[in-house]
Amino acid sequence: MPITYLTDVAKDNVEAVQDYSILAGRSLSNLFARPRYIADTLLQADSIGVGSLPIVILTGFFTGAVLALQTSATLQQFGSLSLTGQLVSLSMVRELGPVLTGLMVAGRNSSGMASELGSMKVTEQIDAMRAMGVDPTKKLVTPRVIATAVMLFFLSIISDLVGLTGGFVISFLRLGLNANEYWSTAYQSLRFEDVFMGLCKPVVFGLIIATIGCYYGMSAKGGTQGVGRATTQAVVAASVLILVSDYFITQLLMGIFGK
Amino acid sequence: MAFDQPVLDGVSFHLKHGETKVLLGESGTGKTLILKLALGLIKPDFGTISVLGDEISAMREQDMYALRRRIGMVFQESALFDSLTVEENVAYRLMEETGKLTDEIHARVLEALEFVELGKTYSLFPGELSGGMRRRVAIARAIITQPEVLLYDSPTGGLDPVTSDTIIELVVKQRDVYKTSSLLVTHRLQDAFTMASHYFDRSLNKMVPVEDGSSRNVHTTFLILRDHKIIFEGTAPELLRCHDPYIREYLS
Repeated sequence: MPITYLTDVAKDNVEAVQDYSILAGRSLSNLFARPRYIADTLLQADSIGVGSLPIVILTGFFTGAVLALQTSATLQQFGSLSLTGQLVSLSMVRELGPVLTGLMVAGRNSSGMASELGSMKVTEQIDAMRAMGVDPTKKLVTPRVIATAVMLFFLSIISDLVGLTGGFVISFLRLGLNANEYWSTAYQSLRFEDVFMGLCKPVVFGLIIATIGCYYGMSAKGGTQGVGRATTQAVVAASVLILVSDYFITQLLMGIFGK
Repeated sequence: MAFDQPVLDGVSFHLKHGETKVLLGESGTGKTLILKLALGLIKPDFGTISVLGDEISAMREQDMYALRRRIGMVFQESALFDSLTVEENVAYRLMEETGKLTDEIHARVLEALEFVELGKTYSLFPGELSGGMRRRVAIARAIITQPEVLLYDSPTGGLDPVTSDTIIELVVKQRDVYKTSSLLVTHRLQDAFTMASHYFDRSLNKMVPVEDGSSRNVHTTFLILRDHKIIFEGTAPELLRCHDPYIREYLS
């Protein structure tokens, strides 16, 4: 069995990070150069955005519902049950809406991109594309990156609203809260900083999901096994990066806005 | 790309205009690599490569795209886009330029498909075609823009003898009718010799053998690779007269 040297592992990882950064950078810089594949971008937006709608709605609804449920016991102890609306609202908008939507879309679409592009890579279709004078980054990667970033933005908004509704259903039916009280506290507790944070994160997460999925796809090798490996790695890497970047974005924005 | 040993060592040749060069050699000698280097899909560690007057070994990937449109490549496993129909596959290069499948493009696609005798398949998907048909569609896709250079990577690999003959006939037809320069990689000696001993007769619309004693030039030369180097370069008669023991064994 060959000995794997630590230096080789380190070099491979650094090279991977370098290749990923180049791909990510190029996928965005391609926006400023012709040709721009608008039709492909719209197709991807449909597949990623509209296609993920059912799972985003389900995730959002039940997250909001369970938030209200879990926190009701503690809030009741302090006689603050009326704060449920505010709690669900701030948690969903600032954190759970973007992150859980991001994780769901990562699972669904990062894997889809990795497997689709990976299959094309191992069957030489990417080489065929390059051989015919078509830049695979422009044709395949950039549309997916733009579509995911834009669609995740809107999906998070939908997730937030559906989450608030889920919280409302529990608050109204189980906890006996007043509907007007719930919705007015939910709405009034939101400040610009909260909404900004909640809408900034999905764009970053969208970029992460698509660039990771495309990177693992385009660097797949080793036949069907390689494609399978690429798909798994894409989902894991995208999910972890979403959680890590979530922390840093939160920290950064809290530092900027002071809240 | 770093290997412990060079895959190609001191390989140097010149492909003349209108010439077909057949690359032969055992598996792993770097024949497919030469094609990928010619297209700039891989960059060499040392040396220079000039294609159609441009020195590509130092060119950036973005600058290669314009040049690649003048070169056609037929990949080993066809490499058709499996989520597009045959028509969309063949029209791929044309659609990139104009963006849509116009009547003019449709007419050119049909013309290319007629050349490979697959005129009726344009609405099928690659998955619905046999291996030989996929290979012919790949040829149609490569020739539709009338490229100045054609690269064939084992065009008959994995096909039965009858289908292989059909493919070789298409290669010979392309060579003799359009006078395209080409590099052809193959494991099959019989295909190489068929190409060197036949020509395409337009009046009969089929491939016929060159008559014995005829002075017809089939513009086909051989290049044999072994142990990362070229061990033979020349025409078929020269190859048959060669005394190198390895080549004699390879030919038998």
